[in-house]
Amino acid sequence: MSYEPTILGFLCNWCSYAGADLAGVSRLQYPPNIRVIRVMCSGRVDPKFVFEALKIGIDGIIVMGCHPGDCHYLEGNYEAEKKFNMLKKFLTFINLDNRIRLEWVSASEGMRFAEIVSEFTNSIKELGPSPLKEDKDLLDKLEAIEMAADSYRIRALVGRERTIIESENVYGEKVPQDKFDNIFNTAIYDEYMRCRILLSLKKNSKSVKVLASELEIDPSEVLEHILILKGSNSITMGEIEGITPIYEYTMEG
Amino acid sequence: MEKIGAVLIVGAGIGGSQAALDLGDAGYKVYLIESTTSIGGVMAQLDKTFPTNDCAMCIVSPKLVETGRHQNIDLHINCKIEEVSGEAGNFTIKILKKSLHINMDKCTGCGVCGQKCPVEAIDMFNEGLAKVKATSVKYPQAVPLVYAINKDYCIGCGVCEGVCKAEAVEYDLEDQEVEFNVGAIILAPGFEEFVPAEGNKYGYGKYKNVVTSIEFERILSASGPYTGKILRPSDGDVPEQVAFLQCIGSRDLREGQPYCSSVCCMYTCKEAVIAKEHMDQVNPTIFSMDVRAYGKDFDKYIIHAQEEYGVQYIRSRISSITEDSKTKDLILKYETEDGKIISEVFNMVVLAVGLNPPNDAEYLAEKFGIELNEYKFALTDVFNPVQTTRPGIFACGAFQSPKDIPETVTQASAAAGCVNQLLYEKTGTLITEKTLPPEIYVAGQPPRIGVFICHCGINIGGYVDVPDVKKYASNLPNVVLADRNLYTCSADTQTIIKNKIEEFHLNRVIVASCTPRTHESLFQETIREAGLNRYLFQMANIRDQCSWVHMHQPKEATQKAKDLVRMAVNKARNIIPLERIKLSVTPKALVIGGGITGMVAALNFASQEYETCLVEKEMELGGHAKHIYTTLEGGSVQDYLSDLIQKVNSNENLHVYTQAEIENIDGFIGNFKTTLIHGDRKERVEFDHGVVVVATGANEYQPKEYLYGKNPLVIKQSDFEKLINTTDDIKNKKSIVMIQCVGSRDEERPYCSKMCCAEAIKNAILTKEKYPGVEITILFRDIRTYGFKEKYYRQAREAGIIFLRYDEKNPPNVIANDSQLKVEVNTPTKEVININTDLLVLSAGIYADREENEVLAMMLKVPINDDNFFLEAHVKLRPVDFATEGIFVAGLAHCPKPIEDSISQANAAVSRACTILSKDEIEAEGKTAVVNMARCSGCGMCVENCAYNAIELIEDRRFGLIASINQALCKGCGACSGNCRCAAIDVLGFTGEQIYAMIKGRL
Repeated sequence: MSYEPTILGFLCNWCSYAGADLAGVSRLQYPPNIRVIRVMCSGRVDPKFVFEALKIGIDGIIVMGCHPGDCHYLEGNYEAEKKFNMLKKFLTFINLDNRIRLEWVSASEGMRFAEIVSEFTNSIKELGPSPLKEDKDLLDKLEAIEMAADSYRIRALVGRERTIIESENVYGEKVPQDKFDNIFNTAIYDEYMRCRILLSLKKNSKSVKVLASELEIDPSEVLEHILILKGSNSITMGEIEGITPIYEYTMEG
Repeated sequence: MEKIGAVLIVGAGIGGSQAALDLGDAGYKVYLIESTTSIGGVMAQLDKTFPTNDCAMCIVSPKLVETGRHQNIDLHINCKIEEVSGEAGNFTIKILKKSLHINMDKCTGCGVCGQKCPVEAIDMFNEGLAKVKATSVKYPQAVPLVYAINKDYCIGCGVCEGVCKAEAVEYDLEDQEVEFNVGAIILAPGFEEFVPAEGNKYGYGKYKNVVTSIEFERILSASGPYTGKILRPSDGDVPEQVAFLQCIGSRDLREGQPYCSSVCCMYTCKEAVIAKEHMDQVNPTIFSMDVRAYGKDFDKYIIHAQEEYGVQYIRSRISSITEDSKTKDLILKYETEDGKIISEVFNMVVLAVGLNPPNDAEYLAEKFGIELNEYKFALTDVFNPVQTTRPGIFACGAFQSPKDIPETVTQASAAAGCVNQLLYEKTGTLITEKTLPPEIYVAGQPPRIGVFICHCGINIGGYVDVPDVKKYASNLPNVVLADRNLYTCSADTQTIIKNKIEEFHLNRVIVASCTPRTHESLFQETIREAGLNRYLFQMANIRDQCSWVHMHQPKEATQKAKDLVRMAVNKARNIIPLERIKLSVTPKALVIGGGITGMVAALNFASQEYETCLVEKEMELGGHAKHIYTTLEGGSVQDYLSDLIQKVNSNENLHVYTQAEIENIDGFIGNFKTTLIHGDRKERVEFDHGVVVVATGANEYQPKEYLYGKNPLVIKQSDFEKLINTTDDIKNKKSIVMIQCVGSRDEERPYCSKMCCAEAIKNAILTKEKYPGVEITILFRDIRTYGFKEKYYRQAREAGIIFLRYDEKNPPNVIANDSQLKVEVNTPTKEVININTDLLVLSAGIYADREENEVLAMMLKVPINDDNFFLEAHVKLRPVDFATEGIFVAGLAHCPKPIEDSISQANAAVSRACTILSKDEIEAEGKTAVVNMARCSGCGMCVENCAYNAIELIEDRRFGLIASINQALCKGCGACSGNCRCAAIDVLGFTGEQIYAMIKGRL
């Protein structure tokens, strides 16, 4: 029997869920793989929900909300978009970004709903089963991502992005999108690496070089992260083996 | 005579539905009568709405569902008015309910009859572009969702009776007469679109690729016949060149109506934009005489359409259309502004048809004993546009004059506001409050779940193996009962559910059937009647999102249904009873601003015996209207104003504070506390109130251009109005020039001030009447005499007033010249015309004071827009509400508008407010966000993310700075929760735990 992916959809009550209903009323046929979880607003979809789904081996996750400007709660879908962009960036690191999707579907777009679901289901089918089911290493990386996404730095940037880009920051200025993106991309990358370091050290203490080969990045970069993590008391320097210091995870940070 | 606490509303489009909801919420019994078989009217036919491009169906359908389910609204479809007698306060109404030949109480809207009907008939809703069957609902999202047999097409084959499992088909069902009494009547029958007559010059009806705008709207619609693709009816090709022709049947003495239909300029621009958005190949060109973008943010939309979407505007009226018989393309012949005759080929032509009065306007006028105006629209009072000629009967929406959706919604609420004023003593007298048993205590008990699985006739049962799903469900943990029903929504099944709850001691109920969007509240009501908290309920959508969409994969569909049921069970194990908190309401109102708007609102509140506080910053009441003498239509503003001020000052429930300044406003819906300082001696007053109306008005622009303030011969339109009305200074003037759009539609204020065209024409006509020898020239960009005001534009031209369009990029030059002025006008065709004049009158626009409005906006936590006017909750459907509940906006504070619109908004705000004030306490939604105080770090992100201002940071004795959610304001969207870095906020009804349980249940 051919492989049938498991797909989870988070649909906002007012537009997308209604669009899905209209697809039904119009008897539009689409693949039966999707299971829908209704939320009142796409803005409710916490990135953690997506992580949770990925962890248990769901093959594809699609979030759907009202078209920009149509949100029943005025701006919830914009919030959803920001959170989703963040997720997408993180998942690119482990090549899982093509397993999540954000789409806008209105209450009158039954056809669009059916088309999107069909297309998404097929694209996931082509990708094959989620590697998270087998790959323990990948799961560790996902855990690092989850931790990074939950960090104060990332949540603060995501939460404030709209305010400082679209209306104004505390100086009454608008921050240019490309400037913000640069800062944001750096933050995402840094936090991901730091969380991987933390989780790795949590298992057992290691040197910079060992970490560097494990993370496949330059030791100088590892050192930079180590210094920052040390500054926040998340890790401490333990023994020095020969000339190589070993770093340890602490509970404090 | 005893007054009756009930209201008849005729017409259930967006206007009638809004009025019904307002009055139903304010405690009146509402009879909502609709002539067709479903509610929603024209709005439900639209694809998108201007100027926000909102999806019409998305925003209107929740409102329609609410109307259909409201316990105080009695909805009668397929009806005709038979008899009306009585007087204001007590009318007797007789209606005829025409038979649908399908029993409404039994029909579940499953649609099998429609599928099996062998007779293909014409679909009215899709404007003749797609075919449907003789048994049909108007459109898939119709409210109420019942089918009707169209006797005109039905051949009586009997198939539908055979296939209807609900036994709802009753061919012998007869028409039924119903009689009832009401205290007031609101007429909202809408309009009829103009249909070009046979042999019209546009070739409509003859050439396939000439369609009307409403047909084009269905072509655009994703749920329309072409599913949103732009195709030519002649051959299904994508039309590259599409011409939109304005004023079809409007401003046309020969083939249409003399008035302007008000909405076509905007909806055409919207259709052009959406067409381009849907298919990039389409290049829209709009032919129009004036571009009448006079509403809030309309001009910006037009500019955006030209700049971002490349929509072309050509100022011309098409003289003829011919068809190329081979290609079916259309050849348009027109004259450009500089007099050239051009022939151009287009692939498709859209006619922007105007709005006619409803076909049965005369019938309605006769039955209700009201007068119609010269165009057969409802004749209404100059100073109260919803009051018909008969007391107790009100008109709103397009039946009063052609208008767009927000103005219709405003007038609907305004009419409801006037009904409140008339019947306020009778609110709550005719509605029956259900007595419910006390709630069974379930907290802490292990879940005992009952699952009811619906066959929906064959709609689910035909594709999903329901007995198998039942067997599966009964083995899931905590499920003590799994049952299946032919129709779970039918009345007898409700009784079964209630009995099973008792018999099996169920404390959680799941229905696996259709969509919670339409049916959740029905089942919640059922379990509440059985004593369970209404939130102990879950639905699994195994029809709309399962059996109907996997008809050819019964095995997979059955598996999916099992999964959906399992996910619902997983969530149900984690749900808890929720409380709808109750808040007391202080039945008093605060109205800020003592102009006409504020006074009308305050007086309406006070005459309903609500103690009202009216605050005015100036020494005296009157506001902007103090400088207006008459309206264009001839009403005396000064007489009206002095009468209004006298009534305001003599009402004992009304406290007027002048020279007043608001120091502080605290609190929330139902419970505000305001401190203000007033009078010479700066006395301080405190006032508790339940609602706030912002009617702070706006200011007249003080021109910096055209030598204003430097040369005494340059004056403002308002100064001129005073001169012509109170002196004879104008007598000796030989030539007067007026310039329009001074301080409007420029870079700093990119909006239209809406009233200036009418003001200029009004004063010009008056001047001509008094001194026929005076030469008057009006320099304009577009003349925006929308609606019936068009008549006066024509009258002005007939009186010899000269209208000259100037190039907006090269505004006129004014040169002082001894005792005269020389005005140099650059026309759009690059001509220069010089006019010597004795007086230059500037039509100065309206502007909002940023600083003043910002102070108030901060205090009330409400937004202002880019142009510094207050920003309403929703441009289309909540025009006088703020997103923050209990606070309303009316008049010039909202955007520039004439007096009649301000009065409508004032009464509309009162009606909206009465839905709160009429209750002793209000119930907040149970599904709200909650803060875990121990986890909250007080970062304040949620405060920014909340669109409803429901969150603030407070200092807690134990936890320090933490977020606090006002349950009265929270809508439960969850935007705060999804962003909370500490996972300190959860949303009741959709908690993280519940959603995790569903995610886990997926596998």
